[in-house]
Amino acid sequence: MITCDEATTICDKGQYGEASFLEKVKLNFHFLLCKICATYGKQNKTMTAVFKIKARSCKKETRQLSMEDKKLLKRKMQEVV
Amino acid sequence: MKFMNQISKRHTLDPNKWIDSYADYLFNYAIVRVNNSDIAKDLVQETFFAGLKSAKNFEGKATERTWLVAILKRKVIDYYRKINSVKGKAEVRMNFYEAGENEGSWIEERVPQTWDNDTDKLIENEELKQAIDRCIDHLPEKYAVVFRMKTIQEFETEEICKELNITASNLWVIIHRARTQLRKCMEENWFNA
Repeated sequence: MITCDEATTICDKGQYGEASFLEKVKLNFHFLLCKICATYGKQNKTMTAVFKIKARSCKKETRQLSMEDKKLLKRKMQEVV
Repeated sequence: MKFMNQISKRHTLDPNKWIDSYADYLFNYAIVRVNNSDIAKDLVQETFFAGLKSAKNFEGKATERTWLVAILKRKVIDYYRKINSVKGKAEVRMNFYEAGENEGSWIEERVPQTWDNDTDKLIENEELKQAIDRCIDHLPEKYAVVFRMKTIQEFETEEICKELNITASNLWVIIHRARTQLRKCMEENWFNA
């Protein structure tokens, strides 16, 4: 029997599709016996959905240095040269 | 003829154009890895300075951009080393599982609570994104870096391990600790707030 710490570690790994078959078997067996971890597992899917929302919005933005920053950087580089 | 081709393919450096041509590219490269725009700016600046210093060693085998990215990559790794070695900082790593006799069982006051109406609270809006950001900002820096690379930037496990010089099992322990802490933070500040 794996511990709750181990079970939830596998559960987190599973959120990225990277848990092995054996790990998934162990996890599901643990879920049958442990309500707390089963709750964690259910909520973990919601958390993954939350993170996906965040990931999507991050992908859309490209960040740029401001003109100010670039000017400052140019000045500093000239000092070095 | 072959020889001539090789000669004409040699790349050259033109530091006067670096900022206009590459600053944004390098800044984006840095910010997804360090997630702090001031630190990213510093790293870009250091990269250009280091580039100027070692310009005489440039052999022209790679493009200017590739060469600058390689320098930045080393700067990022140095940064990771630095945050790794910062000990005793005010970062709170919360323990969720018992040690000792009941090793690995949930600590009673840290047990996940049920969430009310979680589906209603999953709507994409600015408040939700800000709540996530605030929770990620509370993570120890190393956890935040690994978590963001894996979950928000969606890097491959192997790539993160290589860049950060950690093992895969190390990565999963970090991801696990980060996610457990984030779950609790979102429970208190969003789902059951």
